[in-house]
Amino acid sequence: MSTLAFRMRARRRGGRTRPAWRQPLAVAGGVIAVAWLLVAIFAPFIAPYDPLAQTFVAAQSPSSAHLFGTDELGRDVLSRVIYGARVSVPIALLLVSLAALIGGLVGALAGYFRGIVDGLSMRVVDLFFAFPAIILAMVVAAVLGRGLRNAALAIVVVAWPAYARVVRGLVLSVGDTEYVESARLLGASARRTLFRDVLPNVAGPVFVLATLDLASAILLLAGLSFLGLGAQPPQAEWGSVVADGAQYFQWWWIGTFPGLAIFTAVLAFNFLGDSLRDFFDPQTSWGGDER
Amino acid sequence: MEVEGLRVRLPTPRGFATVVDGIDYDVEPAQVFGVAGESGSGKTMSMLALLGLLPAGAIVEGRAAFGGQDLLRLKGNDLRAVSGRDIGMVFQDPMTSLHPMLTIGQQLTEHMRRHLGLSRRAADDRAAELLDQVRIPGPRSALHAYPHQFSGGMRQRIAIAIALACGPRLLIADEPTTALDVTVQAGILRLLDRLRRERDLSVVLITHDLAVMSSIADRISIFYAGQVVESGRRDELLRHPRHPYTRALLDALPHPEAARDTPLVAIKGAPPSPQQIPDGCRYHPRCPYAIEICTTDDPPLVPVGGRRLACHVDPFRHE
Amino acid sequence: MAALVLLAVGITLVVFVLTQLVPSNAVATNLGEQASADPAAVAAFKAHYGLDKPLPVRYWLYLQHLVQGDLGQSSLTHDAVTHDLGQFIPATAELALYSVVIAAFFGITFGVIAAMRRNRPTDHVLRVVSLGGISMPTFWIALVALYLGFFKLGWFPGADRLDPGVLPPPHKTGLYTIDALLAGQWALFGQALHHLVLPALVLAAFNVSLLTRYTRSAVLEVVGNDYVRAARAKGLPERVVVRRYILRAALPAVITVLGLVFANVLTGAVLVEKIFSWPGIGQYAYQAAVNLDVPAIAGVSLFVAVVYITVNFIVDILYGVIDPRIRVR
Repeated sequence: MSTLAFRMRARRRGGRTRPAWRQPLAVAGGVIAVAWLLVAIFAPFIAPYDPLAQTFVAAQSPSSAHLFGTDELGRDVLSRVIYGARVSVPIALLLVSLAALIGGLVGALAGYFRGIVDGLSMRVVDLFFAFPAIILAMVVAAVLGRGLRNAALAIVVVAWPAYARVVRGLVLSVGDTEYVESARLLGASARRTLFRDVLPNVAGPVFVLATLDLASAILLLAGLSFLGLGAQPPQAEWGSVVADGAQYFQWWWIGTFPGLAIFTAVLAFNFLGDSLRDFFDPQTSWGGDER
Repeated sequence: MEVEGLRVRLPTPRGFATVVDGIDYDVEPAQVFGVAGESGSGKTMSMLALLGLLPAGAIVEGRAAFGGQDLLRLKGNDLRAVSGRDIGMVFQDPMTSLHPMLTIGQQLTEHMRRHLGLSRRAADDRAAELLDQVRIPGPRSALHAYPHQFSGGMRQRIAIAIALACGPRLLIADEPTTALDVTVQAGILRLLDRLRRERDLSVVLITHDLAVMSSIADRISIFYAGQVVESGRRDELLRHPRHPYTRALLDALPHPEAARDTPLVAIKGAPPSPQQIPDGCRYHPRCPYAIEICTTDDPPLVPVGGRRLACHVDPFRHE
Repeated sequence: MAALVLLAVGITLVVFVLTQLVPSNAVATNLGEQASADPAAVAAFKAHYGLDKPLPVRYWLYLQHLVQGDLGQSSLTHDAVTHDLGQFIPATAELALYSVVIAAFFGITFGVIAAMRRNRPTDHVLRVVSLGGISMPTFWIALVALYLGFFKLGWFPGADRLDPGVLPPPHKTGLYTIDALLAGQWALFGQALHHLVLPALVLAAFNVSLLTRYTRSAVLEVVGNDYVRAARAKGLPERVVVRRYILRAALPAVITVLGLVFANVLTGAVLVEKIFSWPGIGQYAYQAAVNLDVPAIAGVSLFVAVVYITVNFIVDILYGVIDPRIRVR
């Protein structure tokens, strides 16, 4: 239980934890994720130029001066990609945490109190699940207006139901076990049982879901920005730079490099999440020995 | 069937583990041969080896003579023909040994039609007859039913029927009663005994429960850590066990007429894992009669007074 | 059954609420300048949609219109939303169809292969590749595909369902490939297919990886079971064991994923259609959202939700067909 508690704390710190055994995929994912985090944090020191400065010759292909070339307005693509990390990664982290919190709370309450609370909240969750992510996100973004903050909010709206369902399922199954029953009989208050006994068991799968959700969140955020519903010009966000690239796709470097950035960041979290899932469910794992 | 020098090695991340280490036994026709031992003793693995059901990468040595062929040398279609038609196997848990989505009829007839070339109609008739023999009520309609519609005991009967579908000469039953209630157990054992007599069938009965063994086995082999430590006729073996392990197993059985507070006797320690076999006699760390030589020399299985025994000490020989 | 009806009603409520939240001047956007100046027209419009009535009444009116098949008029196209939907749905349906078929075929096959060769090199390669597949942004793959397939290599057309100026085949289903086949227009069939290749493949990419992963887990869960061993003990050939025992047992899980795949296809369609100028629901939804075309937004949301529920319903029924344990009654 202490290792699970450790993991929970680490997640709130916004970092990632080390799985119990070495797995090249987890290591690779972890390294890349940390790398992007560092890029995001130290962007002003790493980027060679100001991402918004339109001072260079437009549409230059990659060269030694501009590793990723320049875009149609003469901005350095490399700098825009680096600053893009500042947008995508931290926002994704934030909104996944938020979604997990909200969803987890709803799910926990539903699973713990059951009855009407459960029925009602699950109907609401079903409602949300009836819409594919992007449609819902688009509509919410349209309703709230364009902009990064609203896009992020839209994604939280889309993401929280999954956590509610997972947490509810877990709370229900753990709640059925005898040791929770006996704790309750011994007079522990409802809140105490929830935190001490139920929560640590729930943390694991939620963590796996969160890591994988991070990957989807980055993708969705980029997708929304690509459509023009997220980050607004001239802000440098990966998705919107790719959108520029789509418009001028004969200048392939504008769209390719931010796309690669998205790809590697998402890949990192998928690697991590996959390895984590192995840790919790070795039966279908991709590593280890079989019986 | 005659098994000689059977050795099975399984691949593990740390090299090979020998789970069955040189066992010999003979199974006579129309006889129930009991194989007893704790989990991990290699009893199941030795049977799986005969049917080619070991996990990939396993190495098998030895000889298994059955119907004029060496089972361990057969491959592919030849092995499948023998294992499907001439040998039947019943697994431990009837909840999982039947496919939940196929009808009983399908599971009964698919190998029948393949190995015996029967038509659909003939196979169904034969299947219904089999179900009748294992005392499933309403055999005709049962053919169209699914496993989940039956109770555990009935499912095991169905599994036995499936194993016997092609008229094998040998039936291997791996813990057939372990997953069932005690009351149902007796029924299954009676069934096995009856089938043996009616069909002149040899049965290899694998179990860790000596009580089960005592009711229908003719000869018994006791397995420990991949070896046979004692084997002989049932009455002799169970009434006068000579190997300390056999003795301990029998002592561990709760006695129905014992006094209320007689403590349950357990055997101290646990069987060794295949990666950590002790030197000398494998049982010596848990044996209260062990002497010097037991720690260094592995006792051979030798014939002793009508049975076979692998023990340096033979502490009960005078009983 | 009751749950489904409740869900449907719930959806209409949500959609309705959303439409009320969208900040827009319904009168101005729907009627255009001239009509807005005419008080009679404005009054008629208001009466029809009950804009001057309280919220619950408006909801009731909305429901009434819905039941009659009236989804309102798009402020962009000035056609009935139902008409628009009818126009754009077949394009997406065609794309989705081919995409799902491709994804299912490759995804399930790779998943089974990975499971049967567990922990061997093939398995690990497939793992990494499939993780990569779900990590690539769809719009990026689309761009790369467009760039390479169209711009650089010129093998595939870059936009729309048919070459410019070409007339579509006589309308039967709205799916050009099928309609062309039905009319015996082979050349047209070929052309429609040609246009489908790039977008369908791009849309399938993500889902192939998804299916590979989930099929693999599903098969692995099954393979350990005793009944597989029992089948082998019965002397059944490996082919039969895989097909009848392993695959069938893994099918329920795979079908669940196919439902997920379907959702992804709809999501991905929005992006892919934009890049390949495919005149489908995705484009329509995007335009509606961006231009705050309220009736269109409502109509699309409703349509999508209904399709979703239908798919889930079908999946549930399929469960019952395949797994006799689930059949109630």
